[in-house]
Amino acid sequence: MRAWLWHHLDSLVTTLARLARTPVATVLNLGVIGIALALPVGLYVALDNLRGFAHTLASDPQLSVFLALDAGRPDVDKIGARLKAHASVREARFVSREQALKELKASTGIADVVDSLPQNPLPDAFVVLPRDSTPTALEGLRDEVAGWPKVSHVQLDTEWARRLEAGLKVARLAAALLATLFAFALVAVTFNTIRLQILTRREEIEVSKLIGATDPYICRPFLYFGALQGVAGGVAAWAIVWVGVHLLNGALAELGQLYATRAELRHLSLEDSLSLLIFSAALGWLGAWLSVSQHLAEINPR
Amino acid sequence: MISLSQVTKRFPGGQDAVKGITLSVETGELAFITGRSGAGKSTLLKLMAVIERPTSGSVIVNGQNAGTLRPRAVPFLRRHFGLIFQDQKLLFDRTVFENVMLPLSIIGFDRREAARRVRAALDKVGLLPREKANPVTLSGGEQQRLAIARAVVHRPSILIADEPTSNLDTALAAEIGELFRSFNQVGATVVIATHDEAFAARLKPRLITLKEGRLA
Repeated sequence: MRAWLWHHLDSLVTTLARLARTPVATVLNLGVIGIALALPVGLYVALDNLRGFAHTLASDPQLSVFLALDAGRPDVDKIGARLKAHASVREARFVSREQALKELKASTGIADVVDSLPQNPLPDAFVVLPRDSTPTALEGLRDEVAGWPKVSHVQLDTEWARRLEAGLKVARLAAALLATLFAFALVAVTFNTIRLQILTRREEIEVSKLIGATDPYICRPFLYFGALQGVAGGVAAWAIVWVGVHLLNGALAELGQLYATRAELRHLSLEDSLSLLIFSAALGWLGAWLSVSQHLAEINPR
Repeated sequence: MISLSQVTKRFPGGQDAVKGITLSVETGELAFITGRSGAGKSTLLKLMAVIERPTSGSVIVNGQNAGTLRPRAVPFLRRHFGLIFQDQKLLFDRTVFENVMLPLSIIGFDRREAARRVRAALDKVGLLPREKANPVTLSGGEQQRLAIARAVVHRPSILIADEPTSNLDTALAAEIGELFRSFNQVGATVVIATHDEAFAARLKPRLITLKEGRLA
């Protein structure tokens, strides 16, 4: 058992030594793998950030209930009471037409235009937070309230966020396709590297087979090599994405200052980073395994 | 013990390398296979070591039928053998010590015990002072002794050598012959193929003579 463990450790150390012995080839290989992985991972980070942004917008769906312009105070009170009593309404906040005009003046910087209006064009409104934020419940509530007297229009504020989400879904699919392609590239790169290694170590493999080495014994260093190269490529990809996000954040901070908002991209989460490394190790191992099972059978010493 | 019965080996292309051979080598025996080049000596050794499988007939090694052995089981059967190849098959990308270590790490020996055994084997063939050298720097005779050290380091029960003295002068050949005799004296079965009849005669072994693939 100890000898077996020792052999595993020994394979690992020999493999590391082999990687270190050909630094240029190693660096180039890792570069290829790193870049191939960094593209889909970078896209994933970008989408994750966008989705997070869309989510904060869409997570609090609200309905804007605009009343008819000719609705008087009693109508407002009646609709307000009816909304508050409604089973699927969590909260209803009244926004008077005067208040709405003030907010419009304050927030959009078109005070001059607003001031020049002969009368307030805005209606009274209620901002309604529903209890249930599933799309069907929201639409049901919207249709119901729209049918009430003195209600001219009900606006569901989550629609554009949902459109964004749908767009993101398409982009995520594209990222998945890209990831599949580059995963294939990683397997191919490893396959070839291992094939070359098997060719250069042919004599050693022949002798080992002749003096009683089992196939797993012979395969082990190559599989380790594939997995290690995969992990190292994964680390390279992680680093590329980290640097990319870091640089973008620098630029975004500047942009944010100009617009007086704070914008910051999130880095890969710990979980995602770990999955990236495990995934790349598995792909490297797979490439090595394919190569080994393909090429070792061809070596039959005589 | 190795026993062959009615063994024929035909290579692709139609030539029979060995034809209808029946013989057995007892445990602890010292046997020489002699004959001219092309008489089938190497093929016979390869059949014994399960490097080749017989076209017909059966080869039984230590009670196992080599002809029907599952490929997975072959490595474990090979570990009973110490093989010395005609072309030696030394690895020139590592030291003398590491060459001899190879069979032990394949078997999965404890590290310290393995190092002790490697040194013992190197000492036996007189190469201990050169343990850190690269095999390229060794002379022909030294390389042959290194091949022998690698073959015996895991204390195999059967030692098989193909033309172990082919490019050595008489004095060195005698030295190598004595080495084989000493392994035989401690209980190993030794089978050596050679065309060097003087070398064969000196050890007074059992002689198996082949002629055109048949027992002469």
